[in-house]
Amino acid sequence: MLLLAKKLEQEIRDHGARDYPHECCGAMLGTDGDAGAREVRALFPLINRRDDSPRNRFSITPEDFRAAERAAAERGLDLLGWYHSHPDHPARPSEFDREHAWPWYSYVIVSVDGGVPKDLTSWQLEDDRTKFQPEVVGPERVAGQGEKD
Amino acid sequence: MAVKVLIPTPLRQFTGKQSSIECNAATVAEALGSLTGTFSELRKHLFTEDGKIRSFVNVYLNDEDIRFLDKENTRTKDGDTISIVPSIAGGSRRAGK
Repeated sequence: MLLLAKKLEQEIRDHGARDYPHECCGAMLGTDGDAGAREVRALFPLINRRDDSPRNRFSITPEDFRAAERAAAERGLDLLGWYHSHPDHPARPSEFDREHAWPWYSYVIVSVDGGVPKDLTSWQLEDDRTKFQPEVVGPERVAGQGEKD
Repeated sequence: MAVKVLIPTPLRQFTGKQSSIECNAATVAEALGSLTGTFSELRKHLFTEDGKIRSFVNVYLNDEDIRFLDKENTRTKDGDTISIVPSIAGGSRRAGK
């Protein structure tokens, strides 16, 4: 399960709307609990470097990757995964997404229909690389809830 | 040559949670071969089925991208560090307008 505060979820939606009709992208920083729940604590918006086809592709360079890793380390957080938008396309991972993914990361996709953010989903690649599995997205942990997990 | 390979967080589940692996290798190819020989589950996440490094996987020797050196044939020396850094990519449909 991916815990994503409403405020951060809204930031992802807003980023998708702002960059429409291009795809937006960014990193998600947070904590990964052994109990299975990971919690996004901060976002690290990035620039889509794919300037030849930005409406249906995004690209994050190794330099941006390292910047996101540094940002996570400075906050004592892990780099949990990535978000991007699908302009005028469902919030489902494409074959291209699968080919360029690693397991463990959470991949959040927000569909943006005519400039309006719609569905937001999260996915994790199976260890054998054959397909993505949906990951439940929930609001942030309530104080005291699950502290003993 | 004793070199260290840094393992990115998503792939540590395939290396017994180790964040770096020491191995003896004269080239980057030998180091990656040693790594994936020991931890076979890593292989499909770094290499395509025909044995090429996946296009989104970047390999650095110290701070240099091996594409700008001698690629996988880049020679290593004692104390070198190899980093595996993904280019994160994706998208909704086939490329084009």
